[in-house]
Amino acid sequence: MKIPIEYYIWLSTVLFTIGVLGVLFRRNAIIIFACIELMLNAVNLLMVAFSSYHNDANGQVFVFFIMAVAAAEVAVGLAILVMMYRNTKSVDIDILNRLKG
Amino acid sequence: MTLYLFYFLSFLAIFSALLVVFSKNPVYSVLYLIITFFAIAGHYILLDAQFLAVVHVIVYAGAIMVLFLYVIMLLNLNQESEPHKSTLLKVAAVASSGLLLTVLIGALRGVSQVVPKTGGPEIGLVKNLGQVLFNEFLFPFEVSSILLLAAMVGVVMVGKDEEKI
Repeated sequence: MKIPIEYYIWLSTVLFTIGVLGVLFRRNAIIIFACIELMLNAVNLLMVAFSSYHNDANGQVFVFFIMAVAAAEVAVGLAILVMMYRNTKSVDIDILNRLKG
Repeated sequence: MTLYLFYFLSFLAIFSALLVVFSKNPVYSVLYLIITFFAIAGHYILLDAQFLAVVHVIVYAGAIMVLFLYVIMLLNLNQESEPHKSTLLKVAAVASSGLLLTVLIGALRGVSQVVPKTGGPEIGLVKNLGQVLFNEFLFPFEVSSILLLAAMVGVVMVGKDEEKI
């Protein structure tokens, strides 16, 4: 039986909203990063669903590029986080809220 | 049968995503996120995106989450040192994301006019994806290699110890 497309839209929306909730809820910068990855994955799921339903491979190729960009972004973001931890000895975003060193 | 599999994978993904947000220990959060990624890879296989499912598992669960665990272990984070927001801010966060969910689902109400599923199961195989990738998306493919090079150089420069330059 074919699964209707609305089910995938709702699943992706719920996952995206849980990612937004995580970014607002937590104070640990690493978990906030993980919730950003969750949001990216919700969007990836929706693109693959539409690619399958329209028989168009462009959606899946675009998900490829999103994964590559996400990997680069995670590497750079975690490097910045480690550097900030070296300076302030904390990953709490309430302490990291000043741009001046 | 496919529908039951879809429901199982969806509830697994949503449940582990909620545990990512609400779990106190950061290592547990990352592990629940890995479970979420495996559930999403299961969805990719249901959607005839077999190659993407395997790449997803390798890149996300195999590389990115391992990087997260490295950093958490490097910074030696555990449950006792975990800071928390005040209860008012937590309630406000849940309320805001609940409102966002309501708005998004309300906006996507009448979307069942999409054409029914026409694709066959061969759309996600390596050969077809490779043909599209190297014919229409050749330039972004080459540029993404430069992006990864820039990211690597940036990470090494940012992570360098300052006395040893």
